[in-house]
Amino acid sequence: MGKSLTEKILERASSKAVSPGDVIEIGVDIVAFHDLTGYHVIEVLEKASGSNIKIHNIDSLVVAFDHLVPPPDVRSAEIQHDIRLFAKRHSLKNFHDVGYGILHQVLLERYVLPGQVVMAADSHTTTSGALGAFAQGLGASDIAAIVLTGRTWVTVPQPFKIRLAGTLRRWVTGKEVALEVLRVFKADYFNGMAIEVFVEDPGAFPMDFRATVANMGIEMNADVLMFVPDAETIGYVKSERGFEPKVTTPDSDARYVDEYTVELDKVELLVSAPHSVDNVKSVREVWGTEVDYVFIGSCTNGRVSDFEIAAKIMKGKKVKTRCIAIPASWSVFRKCMKLGYIQTLVEAGCVVTYSTCGPCIGGHFGIAAPGETIVSTSNRNFIGRMGSPQAKIYLAGPATAAIAAVTGKIVEPGDLV
Amino acid sequence: MIVEGRVVKLGDKIDTDVIIPAKHLKYTNPEYLAQHVFEPIDPEFHKKAKGAVIVAGKVFGMGSSREQAAIAIKAAGIKAVVAESFARIFYRNAINNGLPVVVCPGISGEVGEGDLLRINIETGETVINDTKKIMCKPITGMALEILKAGGLLEYLKKLKNS
Repeated sequence: MGKSLTEKILERASSKAVSPGDVIEIGVDIVAFHDLTGYHVIEVLEKASGSNIKIHNIDSLVVAFDHLVPPPDVRSAEIQHDIRLFAKRHSLKNFHDVGYGILHQVLLERYVLPGQVVMAADSHTTTSGALGAFAQGLGASDIAAIVLTGRTWVTVPQPFKIRLAGTLRRWVTGKEVALEVLRVFKADYFNGMAIEVFVEDPGAFPMDFRATVANMGIEMNADVLMFVPDAETIGYVKSERGFEPKVTTPDSDARYVDEYTVELDKVELLVSAPHSVDNVKSVREVWGTEVDYVFIGSCTNGRVSDFEIAAKIMKGKKVKTRCIAIPASWSVFRKCMKLGYIQTLVEAGCVVTYSTCGPCIGGHFGIAAPGETIVSTSNRNFIGRMGSPQAKIYLAGPATAAIAAVTGKIVEPGDLV
Repeated sequence: MIVEGRVVKLGDKIDTDVIIPAKHLKYTNPEYLAQHVFEPIDPEFHKKAKGAVIVAGKVFGMGSSREQAAIAIKAAGIKAVVAESFARIFYRNAINNGLPVVVCPGISGEVGEGDLLRINIETGETVINDTKKIMCKPITGMALEILKAGGLLEYLKKLKNS
């Protein structure tokens, strides 16, 4: 019997044969944290080791500030200041201060390779599964233990196969594919499973879309969501980092607990209506809902293709809602400037700023008032997530968000562009 | 290890933003966090938490990796969380902070608000109101070792000294 991608990666990482359900110890290739979890990781490190903290492998540790960027208050500034001192004291090589990018985007662009084990103190670490890495979030204590030992334990998840067949309709992206999976399976189905995604035509589902789907893997409660590496994966690493990566792929006779095919040409423009990510409706079902505030960005949808779609829709128009747009990294920001997308959004009346998680976590830089309706390209619409518990959040892809900004309503862009 | 307390019932898909909103995550102080536990659904929740056992539905603790969710629940005086299922990260955070988390399919239909629950977390044997016995899933392996040590930090210290 052949092996799934999950089994292949975990066998390499544990140096023994594994089966779903086994509790195993594994070596971790990349460990990471950001500002809002990082200070907590450092607190645990200090409690465990006092002033004599010995980092297991400096090369494998990645830190990027994103949640408290720019610091909205003294405590946030203090948190970042303390982590900066830690980075200096331990001569961290992979430390990225304010403005460089959201951790998950930075990991994709610069660090993660197919087949690696990636553990970071943030739930959206599943994003790195876009490259075919076994990537998952952990709490601060677990991450601190990995910083000290290079190892952790996992329960081997049941692999589940999702096949993406055909080609997407106009304006439909990776976000709608993730919402379609949530519509069909609901948010608890994949608990304890590893979703392995096979793309039938690699070119039809680019890396940006893969990153969005993998990011939303945690909203499906999957242990990991990995795209099986293919020509698109190799092409992405080559263009971002200048070399062709080795890839690990599952055996053709690998065993999966079950499988499901998404027919891409049947996926519509979708939203998650308040207050649950699996409360999925088609845009037609919520047509005309009035919108106060649009957020385009986050580790889910802050990439070049998202800004490309938003710019196409907003070109020559003015926003009717507040619109805040945030590229997921400095690299994305510069690419979007070169392509003219940032200029288009600014002309339309959006506030565009450098990478921060602020609005998505209801932290700062765009908090929602009681009674307001938001269309957000981020990943969670839990009660109170973006500010007031009385605000209503609709999660959407970039096209639905952009058309909402220029019309003030949830509609399809089709006949307006 | 036996834990007992009066049941406080919650539903399915209780997420970490509801357990402790992001605005409180700049601190790890347990007493501070306890004051704000479940604030978005009930700002007074912490007043009824002491000595209680939470009984909830599917994927309790879904969402973010914030360890403060487990810290807040424990510091509020909750003895254990019993749920149909847990989100993976929350489950580990709870164990790492010495908060017993018991998987118990069907529990939502078995108990009501205010019932007395007594749980043997190593065998899974659970007694409702001193009368009815049901079986939950025992905590085993690595998770049990960490929980018995009092959390991951204590477990790591024990490893270092042994």
